[in-house]
Amino acid sequence: MAEYRMHLMLCAGTGCVSNRSLKIEESLEKELKKHKLEEEILIVRTGCNGFCAQGPIMVAHPGEIFYQMLTQKDIPHLVEEHFLKGRPVKELMYTPPEEKAPVPKMGDIGFFREQRLIALRNRGLIDPERIEEYIARGGYTGLAKALTSMRPDEIIKEIKDSGLRGRGGAGFPTGRKWEFTAKAEGEEKYIICNADEGDPGAFMDRSIVESDPHSVLEGMTIGARAIGAHHAYIYIRTEYPIAVERMRKAINQAKEYGLLGEDILGTGFRFDVTVHRGAGAFVCGEETSLIASLEGRSPEPRIRPPFPAQSGVWGMPTNINNVETWANVPEIINRGAGWYSQLGTDTSKGTKVFSLVGKVKNTGLIEVPMGITLRKIIYDIGGGILEDKKFKAIQTGGPSGGCIPEELLDLPIDYERLTEAGSIMGSGGMIVMDEGTCMVDVARYFVDFLRGESCGKCTSCREGLESMYQILTEICEGKGKESDVELLEELCAAIADGSMCALGGTASNPVLSTIRYFRNEYQSHIRDQECPAGVCRELIHYLIDREKCTGCLLCVKNCPSDAITGERKEPVNLNQEKCIKCGICFEVCKFKAVEVK
Amino acid sequence: MPKLKPEDLEQISERMRKMVVLREGAARAKIIVHMGTCGIAAGARKIMAAVLALMEEKDAKDVIVTSSGCAGLCSREPMITVELKGEAPVKYVDVTEDKTRQIFDEHVMGGKILAKYALAIGSERVS
Repeated sequence: MAEYRMHLMLCAGTGCVSNRSLKIEESLEKELKKHKLEEEILIVRTGCNGFCAQGPIMVAHPGEIFYQMLTQKDIPHLVEEHFLKGRPVKELMYTPPEEKAPVPKMGDIGFFREQRLIALRNRGLIDPERIEEYIARGGYTGLAKALTSMRPDEIIKEIKDSGLRGRGGAGFPTGRKWEFTAKAEGEEKYIICNADEGDPGAFMDRSIVESDPHSVLEGMTIGARAIGAHHAYIYIRTEYPIAVERMRKAINQAKEYGLLGEDILGTGFRFDVTVHRGAGAFVCGEETSLIASLEGRSPEPRIRPPFPAQSGVWGMPTNINNVETWANVPEIINRGAGWYSQLGTDTSKGTKVFSLVGKVKNTGLIEVPMGITLRKIIYDIGGGILEDKKFKAIQTGGPSGGCIPEELLDLPIDYERLTEAGSIMGSGGMIVMDEGTCMVDVARYFVDFLRGESCGKCTSCREGLESMYQILTEICEGKGKESDVELLEELCAAIADGSMCALGGTASNPVLSTIRYFRNEYQSHIRDQECPAGVCRELIHYLIDREKCTGCLLCVKNCPSDAITGERKEPVNLNQEKCIKCGICFEVCKFKAVEVK
Repeated sequence: MPKLKPEDLEQISERMRKMVVLREGAARAKIIVHMGTCGIAAGARKIMAAVLALMEEKDAKDVIVTSSGCAGLCSREPMITVELKGEAPVKYVDVTEDKTRQIFDEHVMGGKILAKYALAIGSERVS
């Protein structure tokens, strides 16, 4: 191997690829060649770095210089100045919103500084398509340890002692789950990796598979040894083409190296993994639905018990864990349960990966210790609210999570505390909402998503969500009745009670939590026919402030229904009967002369 | 590809150590080749190529090679700075490929400053 003096870690996660990072790679190759640097400097395609808002991202080593929002036209200057002449280019570095000067080093940027990486330990530091790079950073030593010096029950004990809990949402202790499957009777046992990530705005699992597929495979192989399984499925949604491709490559490489297949690491243990692509139904995240789908049946959950640990795929004992759970396993085996359980709270150990999205400045993927406060996530890592608006709520746990208000921002997050607050940990989606968000509309949005994703097997979920959607729509349209809030609460209880799986069981969270913390917004809609956030179309109208209007006629040109008329340099007139409340005039006006009432 | 045994993992890690050192920045020594316009005109690219060839030849695993801009003493280019962990950086001036080899052997690998080619020890202060 030739000596490279510099490694350019170019992000090739889904976010950066959509931002044309592969075009950046082309330009880099061209410019490096031009300066005859191609033998001195290596370009490495990495998985997602997490700071997706600033993509395309590239980190230059040595020096850990963080470049962001790169365009092809930046590259000639960058190559000549930094990569040839050694002068890092400040203009392409990141300047945090609260600071004036750019921060050159990745680790000094607030977004990264507060994070603690375990599941994502290799993100951005390796080429996920080269198994040697994973091994170079200690990869597969946990498996070697588990296979050569630990009995299966010792592996299970280590995982139990670590306090690791299921990262897919429910938070069931992983070690105990393994133990159930290990003790279950069956001629064959199976392992499943749940990579069916269906929450809108969530991409934790995708990112782990894209940036470090071997960490998942190694964790699964350790689990297989503990449980006594020899076959596994990775159930991954087909909308994740890069993740599917990298996982398949990783499996092939692991087989070539004897880390999967027969006689793993020469220890006689055999284990193989099959990738199964899912068609993208939210309910498949539920384990019994996932198993039904894997077997070729329609994805409907069933009553438990028997749990999959007793009767799972093909009727055999099956252990299902989520991608992030598996990715934690090798580190726990390597460093020990004691090390892992130092991090986190009394009941929730270790770290959790969250996708931080919505009205926050730094959107992206983060891994933080359990017990961190929401305030720290939103303000220190997230950089605060976009356009410095007022924070209103944060929705955690995906569509069946709840909305948490400002007064609970200092809540240290773990499984129990989020549940107490009326939300859930879920798989780790976090959506930040500002003052311009209507909480009734938000509840309606999530109920709409869930009614579409309900498989329809349980009447309470299928019909209950439909009724809730109708009631919420009526409230948003100003046709709500005083008794509606009570009726919604009653429906929520009925859906949770009468549904077999977690989709129905948690579907009421967005409604109940918004009623609990934002009851006044429901009342404004029902009693006063007002939407305080100015979102619900039927309850708002637009007005022209004649003092502020300069008569530039930009709104007149853009109005799709010819509701605005006027002469140049004269205040315009808005015809309320013609207005369709699309809000375009409000958006285009440069003088804040359009008001929402 | 032969199937791995547990002990082979260590070997692969050892072989890949340079990669990890470079990306984690945890090197024992750093060699900086000054690559300003003046440095390049005086032959810094050749010096860089020589340093990289030595890295391979000596199989120097925990050494980082990097470039920096003009150090302000253009008449004495090409220049390199050697910085051992925990020690003050040493600037070498008027280097040639031959001098580079000596500096690499004695200072980088051997830990002994080559005073006859050194300009100064320590960095200039920015106040």
